[in-house]
Amino acid sequence: MKVAVIRFPGSNCDQDCYHVLKHDFALDVEYVWHKEASVEQFDLIVLPGGFSYGDYLRCGAIARYSPVMRSVATEAQRGKLVLGICNGFQILCEARMLPGALIRNRSLHFVCEHVHARVENIETAFSHAEVAMTNGKLLTARTGLLLRMPIAHGEGSFTADPETLRELNRANRVVLRYSDRRGAISDDANPNGSAENIAGIVNERGNVFGLMPHPERACDPLLGSEDGKLIFQSVIESAGRKAGSRSSVGIRTGL
Amino acid sequence: MNAEPAITPELIGKHGITPAEYDRIKAILGREPNYTELGIFSVMWSEHCSYKNSKPELRKFPTTGPSVLVKAGEENAGVIDIGDGWAIAFKMESHNHPSAVEPFQGAATGVGGIIRDIFTMGARPVFSLNSLRFGPISATEDKSRKAAVSRNRRLFSGVVSGIAHYGNCIGIPTIGGEIYFDESYEGNPLVNVFCLGVLRHEEIARGGAVGVGNPVFYVGAETGRDGLAGAAFASRDLTEESKLDRPAVQVGDPFREKLLLEACLELLASGAVAGIQDMGAAGLTCSTCETASRAGTGVEIDLDKVPKREPGMSPYEIMLSESQERMLIIVTKGKEQTVRDIFEKWDLPYAEVGVVKNDGMMRVMSGTVKVAEIPARKLAEDAPIYSREATPCPPPPELGALPASDPLAALPALLAHPSIASKNWVYRQYDHMVRAGTCVLPGSDAAVFLVREANKILAATSDCNAIYCALDPREGAKIAVAEAARNLACSGATPLAVTDNLNFGNPYKPENFWQLRESVEGLAEACREFGTPVTGGNVSLYNQSPAGAVDPTPTVGMVGIIDKPRDITTQAFKGSGDAILLLGEPGSGLGGSHFVKVMHGRKAGAPPRLDYAREKAVQNAVRALIKMGMVRSAHDCSEGGLAVALAESCIGSDAPVGAEIDFAGCASLSADELLFNESQSRIVISVRKENATAALSLAEWQGVPARRLGFTGGDTLRITAGEQAWAWPVQDLRDKWWSAIARCMEG
Repeated sequence: MKVAVIRFPGSNCDQDCYHVLKHDFALDVEYVWHKEASVEQFDLIVLPGGFSYGDYLRCGAIARYSPVMRSVATEAQRGKLVLGICNGFQILCEARMLPGALIRNRSLHFVCEHVHARVENIETAFSHAEVAMTNGKLLTARTGLLLRMPIAHGEGSFTADPETLRELNRANRVVLRYSDRRGAISDDANPNGSAENIAGIVNERGNVFGLMPHPERACDPLLGSEDGKLIFQSVIESAGRKAGSRSSVGIRTGL
Repeated sequence: MNAEPAITPELIGKHGITPAEYDRIKAILGREPNYTELGIFSVMWSEHCSYKNSKPELRKFPTTGPSVLVKAGEENAGVIDIGDGWAIAFKMESHNHPSAVEPFQGAATGVGGIIRDIFTMGARPVFSLNSLRFGPISATEDKSRKAAVSRNRRLFSGVVSGIAHYGNCIGIPTIGGEIYFDESYEGNPLVNVFCLGVLRHEEIARGGAVGVGNPVFYVGAETGRDGLAGAAFASRDLTEESKLDRPAVQVGDPFREKLLLEACLELLASGAVAGIQDMGAAGLTCSTCETASRAGTGVEIDLDKVPKREPGMSPYEIMLSESQERMLIIVTKGKEQTVRDIFEKWDLPYAEVGVVKNDGMMRVMSGTVKVAEIPARKLAEDAPIYSREATPCPPPPELGALPASDPLAALPALLAHPSIASKNWVYRQYDHMVRAGTCVLPGSDAAVFLVREANKILAATSDCNAIYCALDPREGAKIAVAEAARNLACSGATPLAVTDNLNFGNPYKPENFWQLRESVEGLAEACREFGTPVTGGNVSLYNQSPAGAVDPTPTVGMVGIIDKPRDITTQAFKGSGDAILLLGEPGSGLGGSHFVKVMHGRKAGAPPRLDYAREKAVQNAVRALIKMGMVRSAHDCSEGGLAVALAESCIGSDAPVGAEIDFAGCASLSADELLFNESQSRIVISVRKENATAALSLAEWQGVPARRLGFTGGDTLRITAGEQAWAWPVQDLRDKWWSAIARCMEG
């Protein structure tokens, strides 16, 4: 299985994502420069955090026009898995690959801190797995599981029109919501003013996931949390299954 | 081209050049300088670039040691070996003046500048710290103070936003530092920024224009009219008119710097670079003459080829511009295409603007017209050196008899003082976790960071108690070094080296110069004692508003290394039932304490004294206990003394823990003195109760007085001293400490 970490000029979590995928999950990972025309040869595409183009305009507003994004959209339409973290989530919204928008935090300040994100749906390709922690304990996906992960953004307030929010809820497409340490979804536990405490959503087909928390910063007990591994384990298992099934029907010719 | 102004005594004076200095310039050139040359000399011979008033003092610092790979002053930043072929480059620099008139951009470009200093060395920047000082921000009833307080708040919030803007975008975590609020910084805030980068030994890059015939490339952002003569601006007192110097403040573009950082590191890895120098203070001027001077060569550049933001810029403006995000690169001849390919990939401007010569001259052309020609080494190295007059300050005001306070109120008041309170309002605005290496979040004694590429754990801190320095600059400076080393010890680290930032008033005032000299000598002595060479730093003089000079502030940035992940230690108590021990004596005396400042509104008395032998013994003891795996938490006693240290250990995590403390046998001291004295060489640790006896014997075996203070547990901090007893609910203390700054800033 091959993983692409897309590098926009102002990506700054690219190395962190690369490290986790390469060293913690022993995957075949490559950086893909934003000027590249194709990501066809990859089974999983990661859009990392950062400030893709400085983001003085709107986060991700320019990145969506990067040459590589056309190919990302095409591959997503073919069913490949796409994971957008923080700025990656913002880019996916700007590119209309996910609904809604991420606007300025309600505090008007950048906010960096650990939050709890409650798993709302364990049926998705990004949130179903079981993963072993460094201490040998298993972290198993279940509805209501709390993942402790850092956030770091100035524009992370998820906003959508009422119809979109209804549809997201109806189709169970909200994967993560900000909660307090006991799992209650409250306004106090909402770090940025997101609608209904939404921290991560999938697209209609369920193969594109955007989230504001940084799972790649929560894969090492030294950093205070390994909960992010659940997201990576899930997406890697799902991408592996897809890659396996594709090779068996001979789609990966020439590789 | 517009006619250049004639050189008159007024024009020379406006450039901050004395008649004697002007004679020296004429002697170097063998003729009168033209307008562009006058400008070039004025910035290169400003205090900011030449250290003309501080150089004899700076020579007192210890700069060598077995781990020093690049010494202070040799290059843009010192480089220290950390083992296994890895090294670190780090440095601290001030952006005080720009931040005073334009806090957001002033602070942002300060961050940009220090980051460039680090990657110029070939190092990848991995984290930043900052040391900030402002006037008071606490609400006041005094109508005459309201405007000043709101101005202080505006400066504070602007500086924090500027640092966040730059650091967050470029993706370098800001993981720690210090912030103080004091009247002396009103109108003249201090903004000292620190950056550390990591590199392999063989990757160290040099800033010399080596190889006659090698092409000289300009890379990075276009030159504009911003930051004109900023170095000269930084070398004057701040006055009411300083607002007019706003054009001397540069405008930062962190996205451009991110591109420049990546492109330069990629280019350095390609082997095409013969020399590299950032354009910081004094921009193109400084980078051309310094690279030539270092290599003993000459450099000729053509200003017509320099990428410019706007047409019609004069040679004077181009040479003195401090536009940000620019570098000068000496390229190995034949490798020009590599530069073009990499900078085109990163969409950055670049231009071949000149060539390395063998005539020792810095020659500036505008097409075929020669606009400046100056011997490079004389310009870069032969600035006049002054030994200023030093007059001792009067001894500090006597403390006298103080009315007894109510400790029940004093402890929460100290914890809510913005200098002591939690700085979460600040560090939550900084991305302090990018690069996935932050092992200890901001707010503990030192920041701890795992450098993944090198698999090394570093600890870093910045420290300076300027009240002590105001009362006794020598002792205060010694304590700044000792406290930095102590903070590292509490985190489980062994100190490696120091960078310093000397913030003082106008050196022409003999008392200010005396403070500078005393502080430097104190720092130098303490750095020798702790075996931490000074690898570089920055001098910022003229920190002087109409109200007077700032308190002498020799900020110390210290870096240490932690052997094993399990040695990483933080200040917060870890749960109930642990024994709390004090390494060191209970201490005495309230001179220079924050207690006296906060509760009595005075800076008075002799500050605490430092005993090197005791200090080193305490630090060694805590490190030994940590390595034995006994220490659950360690926290040094600093501002606010033992009571504040204990409270901070109770409330330092989001699950506060109470404590029962009994000061049996200390009854001879008054309650205020017992709780709030700031005697040095003291560390509060917690250990599992079954380890308490062993830990005490080990400390005593190391020659450190140690005693059991009590144990953790409950939801109250309760302190008993003889007949007296006080109790504070820890949740209440945590709330006051945690929210104090937000309450000042958000009403």
